Amino acid sequence: MRGVVESRQNRAGWAFVAPALALIGLFFFVPVLAGLFLSFTDFDIYAIGRPDTARFMGLENYRQVLSNPLFWQALGNTFLFVIVGGPLSVLTSLVAALLVSAKRVRYPGLFRSIFFMPVVTTLVAVAIVWRYLYHPQYGLLNWALGAVGIHPVDWLGDPHWAMFAIILMAVWKNFGYNMLIFIAGLQSIPEDLYEAAHLDGAGGWARFRHVTLPSLAPTFLFVGVMTMLGNFQLFAEPYVMTQGGPLKATTTVVLLMYEEGFRWWRMGMAASLAFVLFVIMLLGTLIQMRLQGERR
Amino acid sequence: MLTCFGRRARGWHDGLALVPDRGARGWSTGLTRALAGAILAPVRSPALIPAPPSLALPGRGRRVRPADQPRACVRRPACLLALLLGLALAGCRGAGDGRTTIRFWAMGREGEVVQELVRDFERENPAIHVVVQQIPWGAAHEKLLTAHVGRSTPDVAQLGNTWIAEFTALRAIEPLDRRIAASSVVRPDCFFKGIWDTNVMDGVAYGIPWYVDTRVLFYRRDLLARAGYDSMPGSWDEWRRAMEAVQRVAGKGRFAIFLPTNEYTPWIVFGMQAGSPLLKEGDTRGAFGEPAYRRAAAFYLDLFRRGLAPAVQGASIANRYQEFERGTINMYISGPWDVGEFRRRIAPALQSSWATAPLPGPDGPATGVSTAGGSSLVLFRASRHPDEAWRLVEFLSRPEQQLRFWRLTGDLPARVEAWRDTALTNDPNVRTFGRQLERVVSTPRIPEWEQISLRLQDKVEAMVLGHAPADSALAALDRDVDRILEKRRWLVERARRRAAGAR
Repeated sequence: MRGVVESRQNRAGWAFVAPALALIGLFFFVPVLAGLFLSFTDFDIYAIGRPDTARFMGLENYRQVLSNPLFWQALGNTFLFVIVGGPLSVLTSLVAALLVSAKRVRYPGLFRSIFFMPVVTTLVAVAIVWRYLYHPQYGLLNWALGAVGIHPVDWLGDPHWAMFAIILMAVWKNFGYNMLIFIAGLQSIPEDLYEAAHLDGAGGWARFRHVTLPSLAPTFLFVGVMTMLGNFQLFAEPYVMTQGGPLKATTTVVLLMYEEGFRWWRMGMAASLAFVLFVIMLLGTLIQMRLQGERR
Repeated sequence: MLTCFGRRARGWHDGLALVPDRGARGWSTGLTRALAGAILAPVRSPALIPAPPSLALPGRGRRVRPADQPRACVRRPACLLALLLGLALAGCRGAGDGRTTIRFWAMGREGEVVQELVRDFERENPAIHVVVQQIPWGAAHEKLLTAHVGRSTPDVAQLGNTWIAEFTALRAIEPLDRRIAASSVVRPDCFFKGIWDTNVMDGVAYGIPWYVDTRVLFYRRDLLARAGYDSMPGSWDEWRRAMEAVQRVAGKGRFAIFLPTNEYTPWIVFGMQAGSPLLKEGDTRGAFGEPAYRRAAAFYLDLFRRGLAPAVQGASIANRYQEFERGTINMYISGPWDVGEFRRRIAPALQSSWATAPLPGPDGPATGVSTAGGSSLVLFRASRHPDEAWRLVEFLSRPEQQLRFWRLTGDLPARVEAWRDTALTNDPNVRTFGRQLERVVSTPRIPEWEQISLRLQDKVEAMVLGHAPADSALAALDRDVDRILEKRRWLVERARRRAAGAR
């Protein structure tokens, strides 16, 4: 009797999740598996015209990716963005969250909205405005630097600066999202912890160091992993602002993948690039989880 | 040649019955058009055209709307919906009025100007309605490819002639030989041969040249005269001697010629002049290490070694017109667009001091070939109205339409007869292009060519800056190119095996 009920419940359970599972299977697992299969073939422009010209290549695409100097350059650029842009973005959002959560701040809702605004603004519009800001001759940024006696910098035209210019813009564009998550994390910290620390004679910094930061640890893990995953997939910003130039200084792995796939139509190669990036991101996530786990 | 002249192509097509699309398909196109109309309407309004770039921002652009619409209307959703519905219904009426609608994609300025020509086409062919969609050049390639993969290609489109190989490989565009054979307007011998060839893949024509583009030499006539030459020499040796003489006259810190290190076009041109096919064995391997190409590279690099050309990128000379005026650079290889730029930007007093000449060649003027650039008109295989689309191609290929198009855009006509018009022959600079067009050679017509030319670009800079000796750089280039062409070799080999098996 119990078995019957259980199996009926099971069936009901499956029936309820079936639509969602079907959708996930159809729109996630099938494409991912197809992509994986694609990465072992040389599916290219000829194969789009005549599918029978596609060949099974085994690991050849992966070998070519790893022996392509442009891939390593793109990976270096991507890592630069992840390593500099990621912490910068997390830090900015934390500071912003602390500021708008501070009790002395008036109109916190207003500031929250203002800081969140860039997140919901169209990237292309933002990129156009930032291109004006970065303009070597007429840009606001160089004008401001000139006011304090610094020579103009060709932000997007100089290979040394271009990636930093992209980082700056991306941090500004995205910190609002993490800020909201930090605000939520801050609100979940019980007030009595602060009061207890205060009674024990802890100053502002000590309270931040020993109450706020440890309580935010899970939030940090989430924000850190999500930011890293997002940063590894940097594409739209350089695509819109620099097209990967100057001298490939802003070519990221995803931009390279896009070029292989949709400029040269080497789908197999592009798919293998995607899986190489997937492995790197998986490793990055595991490392981060391990590090954060230790700290707790 | 006179037979090529505008015999109007009304003959055999008029017998065709033009059955308009009805039913589901007609509805969907009507609706799509209405939606496109609704989205594009504010953009088309003249208010936006002279607007400063800041107005092009999406958020602000939306505010611009035709003046006759009441202001309050846009704010109310219901009202807006009614408006959209009205537009949708209007669109449906357009599809159901008995006319056949064909879609024509054209790029940049051409897409804007061709509307005027298309209106005359519609007047001549009342049963055909042409929807011109203007696509920015920067997005055109991607948009066409995604349209092909997404099965939403137009009926007819303008295509850069270096893209034709790619779209042929994709089997996206239609072979035109049958139509050309039956046409009284489009005849291969009426076009510049080198240009026509760019449209032919394995002996089959896939595009009709619309306008052409090639490179010639712009130079300071007065300095050349002071150096003792009353005209530009026609062979490499004499040309280099002339450059040395110009360099002496111009003085220190000035250069006879400007060949930006980040431009590979001259490297392709010089190679072809020296007789290099660029690729060999049926375009399956690089031929950059062969003697012909090495000769071109040696000549080219020698110009830098002798100090006749500065080894700098294009961007490091901010205003080349100004430097031309100053005599910092005295020769420059460029295309037809620069005729207008030189006229506009060079000071009026110096206007008589510049001139253009066909490119010199290694063994005299006959070998001074140049690139065969430009755009062609193609029909897409997926088109449901290829006959009507072909009519438009024929219309745009008529010599008088080609001339009109030249007047509107400055794009050089692809038809030889159009070049007899005095408007073109009276202008010595335009005439130079006409002479050069008699000697243009197509670059290899394979989909991988753009990728190969970018590889060449990388090596060019290394060679000019002396980072790598020419021979090893060219050998490395061949290796890269051979790798890119591996698939092509396999395809050729497979075709050969199959042919042998069939026998």
